[in-house]
Amino acid sequence: MGEDGSIERYADVEFGDELPELEPDVSMAAVRRFGDATGMTWWRFTDHEKAREHGLPGAIVQGIMSQGILVSLIHRWAPGGTVRKIDTIFRAPILVDSRPVCRGVVTDMDEETKTVEVDLTICNEAGETRVLGTAVVELP
Amino acid sequence: MDINELKSEWVDKPFDTVSFQIDAHEMVEFAEACGETLPQYTDPDHQDFQAVPSYTSRFHGRRALPEGFPVEMEQSFDGGKCVEWKAPIRAGDTITGQSHLHDVYEKTGRSGGMVFIVHRMEFTNQRDELVSVVDWKMIKKLG
Repeated sequence: MGEDGSIERYADVEFGDELPELEPDVSMAAVRRFGDATGMTWWRFTDHEKAREHGLPGAIVQGIMSQGILVSLIHRWAPGGTVRKIDTIFRAPILVDSRPVCRGVVTDMDEETKTVEVDLTICNEAGETRVLGTAVVELP
Repeated sequence: MDINELKSEWVDKPFDTVSFQIDAHEMVEFAEACGETLPQYTDPDHQDFQAVPSYTSRFHGRRALPEGFPVEMEQSFDGGKCVEWKAPIRAGDTITGQSHLHDVYEKTGRSGGMVFIVHRMEFTNQRDELVSVVDWKMIKKLG
């Protein structure tokens, strides 16, 4: 295992291993950049004031950006791995300009296919789970 | 709402097909905005440059549900997305997504019954190779 907690191959992983935590950048600049790349530039993602006028606590991060952030969490942990599948549930919004934390834990391993299953969460500052998911990662 | 009737009438019947051009700049912007650090996803000059595995989550067809389906999109909420990576998507590829309903099922929770509608989009490239499968769960509360 590397000093940053990353792993190179299946043999480096143990059941219950935790992935290094990630505090993703969900600033307005990052969310607008993602919006420009995907066409998801609606006010609920890019305008705090208008979002509040419509009853939201502020602008919210696109659900599929949260999913992409979780993929990057896995890639930082296992740079040589392939994310075969990622299943995410957008339980509640993540606010733009907030400081969420992404976590992952290895919950299953398959020696034959050299794949591991990782449970994933994104929590807000209050520790509430806003996005959760599961990924299947193939390792060298 | 008879779930078995809905399944037999609507599931596994393609109802929409759309194509997308894969653009290197958008691939990089998507990846970097999500905090991606691996060069095969962020550097167009990398020999294995490709889209991040969840890239196809961004694509939608022209309709979320088949025409005439008895649940309106506006009556449902987003239950999440599952992406299966099958093969690399490269810059310049033409990707075709075909939509069908993969499943319709019912669950009962503390707040009552809910119908889950699973919209599946299967993406193939210009060589007709399956590159990705995206399941989008839509949930409608009953009653």
